[in-house]
Amino acid sequence: MSEKIKNSAWEKLKIIREKNRPTVKDYLPLLFDDFFELHGDRLYGDDAAIIGGVGLFDGVPVTVISQVKGRNLAENKAGNFAMPHPEGYRKALRLARQAEKFHRPVICFIDTPGAFCGIEAEKRGQGEAIARNLFEFITLKTPVISVVLGEGGSGGALALGICDRLGVLENSIYSVISPRGAASILWKDAGKEKDAAEVLKITATDMLNFGIAEKIIPEPPGGAHTDTKRTANAITDFLSESINLLKQADIDNLLEKRYLKFRNLGVYAE
Amino acid sequence: MALENLFGLVKDRWNGITGNNPPAEKPKNEPAPAEIPAAPGFKCPRCLTVTPTDVFAAGMKVCPNCNYHSRISADERIEMFTDKGSFTEFDVTMKSLNPIDFPGYEEKQRELAERLKMNDGMVTGLCTLRGEKIVLGVMDSRFMMASMGSVAGEKITRAFEYATREGLPVIMFTASGGARMQEGIISLMQMAKTSAAAKRHSDAGLLFISIMTDPTTGGVEASFASLGDIIIAEPKVLIGFAGRRVIEGTIKQRLPDDFQSAEFQLAHGFIDMICERRFLRRTVAHLIKLHK
Ligand SMILES: [Zn+2]
Repeated sequence: MSEKIKNSAWEKLKIIREKNRPTVKDYLPLLFDDFFELHGDRLYGDDAAIIGGVGLFDGVPVTVISQVKGRNLAENKAGNFAMPHPEGYRKALRLARQAEKFHRPVICFIDTPGAFCGIEAEKRGQGEAIARNLFEFITLKTPVISVVLGEGGSGGALALGICDRLGVLENSIYSVISPRGAASILWKDAGKEKDAAEVLKITATDMLNFGIAEKIIPEPPGGAHTDTKRTANAITDFLSESINLLKQADIDNLLEKRYLKFRNLGVYAE
Repeated sequence: MALENLFGLVKDRWNGITGNNPPAEKPKNEPAPAEIPAAPGFKCPRCLTVTPTDVFAAGMKVCPNCNYHSRISADERIEMFTDKGSFTEFDVTMKSLNPIDFPGYEEKQRELAERLKMNDGMVTGLCTLRGEKIVLGVMDSRFMMASMGSVAGEKITRAFEYATREGLPVIMFTASGGARMQEGIISLMQMAKTSAAAKRHSDAGLLFISIMTDPTTGGVEASFASLGDIIIAEPKVLIGFAGRRVIEGTIKQRLPDDFQSAEFQLAHGFIDMICERRFLRRTVAHLIKLHK
């Protein structure tokens, strides 16, 4: 297999769809001590597609928020295939505010095909829930670090992606639309997913080049599933480095930088 | 209250929303030619009534039969809503590049710019409304469904930033298919960017009124459009996050006709009011007065 093909978006998609790809549930015990899960958005319910809680990272309390992919069909059904409902995003915001209150850094893990598209999700304001997170996280007065673990699907991913530093696992993708969705719009043929994946520029390298990600987190050769522990160590390195970097910044400075990071993304002529 | 069959043809309207193509004309929903008066006019996409052009224009382009508030151009909106001659456009020359080298994107832009005499579906500027100075944004769905790419994102952000500096209210008329797929991940980031600018404007204690028009969907509905201090919608417009076809594909059944209508959003608590086009000027002017 040539190097070019190995690095193609399509190859990466195949790796992250590997059924043994580690999920946040595999990483949690390797990254944090004494993780304590917290439930519910205090408004409607508790969305299993997003897990949240408090744990110790290197002895320091942090708030962890993550989309939860399942490791088998039963888990996937319980977590709705990591496609959150509005209450999931509202739980995330509640926990982020709590982290702000107690001066804990927030660590978000992104791993979703997208926000759930369904009747109940619309009735409870999926769009509003996502918008609210974009609106509130941008001025959250505590460091926010996000990591794309596998799939970063559209607005449903971005709702956990308003951060000071974004790390992307080497084989992960981040996209405005699923390659399948793009193919069906572009060529009226969802089967052309592979071509759409290349066109859309969705790889970790693309994210670094666009200035969207700060760091590519290396995976073992063959992908994260070949050595979960080694991948977890690489994530730990990124988190340590990020926390050390961000904890020194004063809060006004941090928020100004966070604003500018997103404010400056755009490609246009005048 | 039983809602009337608002979205009998909503599927056809949705066809135009997710992509960059104009709404598909589906022959199966066209009445037989003999049923349509031959006279030129506006044929309502919902009730299929044909209204003579002059009557339609005099009625602010609202279907007199069913009250469908049709899509209008940015120019028409500015003409209807602002004080005559008061509008000064911002960033007139700004236009898209092709950040992900998307095939055919530049040609598409060029063709539309030539035909519509505008560089993007987002128009922003400064104007007065019954004498009050406001920053205004209007989306024009004729231009690639006013999907939000770098140009729309930057214009909206600058509009909010200008209003924040000058202490002015922002009024945004939204109409969009969502994020602009042709700009890949950069378009997704415009959701974050515009919401961030709206937050700074909000934190400065300033008023933002979002006015949702047909259709307000996807990444625009899931960002600045839903962040108004006050959210108004025109009657019977489409407002929602997910595409109707996507949801129907998932649940394998037909959605209720009023699903994702302005009325549906009001009933579920996501907008403040529904306001007819002819009352928008006085309603918004009044709201601005209440916030002075
Ligand atoms: Zn009508």
